[in-house]
Amino acid sequence: MADAALFEFLHTEMVAELWAHHSDPGPGGQKMSLSVLEGMGFRVGQALGERLPQETLAFREELDVLKFLCKDLWVAVFQKQMDSLRTNHQGTYVLQDNSFPLLIRMASGLQYLEEAPKFLAFTCGLLRGTLSTLGIKSLVTASVASLPTCKFQVVIQKT
Amino acid sequence: MVHTSLDVVDEKISAMGKALVDQRELYLGLLYPTEDYKVYGYVTNSKVKFVMVVDSSNTALRDNEIRSMFRKLHNSYTDVMCNPFYNPGDRIQSRAFDSMVTSMMIQVC
Repeated sequence: MADAALFEFLHTEMVAELWAHHSDPGPGGQKMSLSVLEGMGFRVGQALGERLPQETLAFREELDVLKFLCKDLWVAVFQKQMDSLRTNHQGTYVLQDNSFPLLIRMASGLQYLEEAPKFLAFTCGLLRGTLSTLGIKSLVTASVASLPTCKFQVVIQKT
Repeated sequence: MVHTSLDVVDEKISAMGKALVDQRELYLGLLYPTEDYKVYGYVTNSKVKFVMVVDSSNTALRDNEIRSMFRKLHNSYTDVMCNPFYNPGDRIQSRAFDSMVTSMMIQVC
């Protein structure tokens, strides 16, 4: 599908661009680039959070919003649904994708494990941005045990 | 008056809770018996509330016309959100949005 490839290429270039002009290759500079990526994803997520649910009925509870993320948001951006959603019913959700499209072209297994976080930062921001438009403050982190499977952990911030 | 209607909107939202929920909430609220205004409310999934105040002497406005006006408002608001120069939470300064709203009001009057 042409559309999916366009976003993948753009995303890969974004990551490459941020890392190419590293004035500070140490952990400080890395964090800067990761938060830039996350910020970009956040703004995109905010806009998507407004546009995507336009025709759907109102969400009755938090779980509905998370299900919306796993189904509609993931399908809109990655043309597939999230593979699993787990929760501890106390504000923490773990979303697992067994073949994450942004990682699937890289490797299968443990190769490039250290590079993986760079490619997940944007998506973490995307999730956080969409949640924020829908009225949920959260903290999203990602972890990879072996490519291309990755888990996104969403922790709801109660104010 | 708009602030009072916002309170009513909040009441309605919390009442909707478990019941069958329709995203679009259309209601007629005669807030003060002396003033003849009709107030309509509409809530989006992102908790954005649109309030429309209509003069009661304009009896030509029908239910589905109000619904379509709200739909147009929602679409324009979504476009404003997607504008990269717009920061969510700021006052809306988009000329496209303003001209859409003005043309809608002119159509009705």
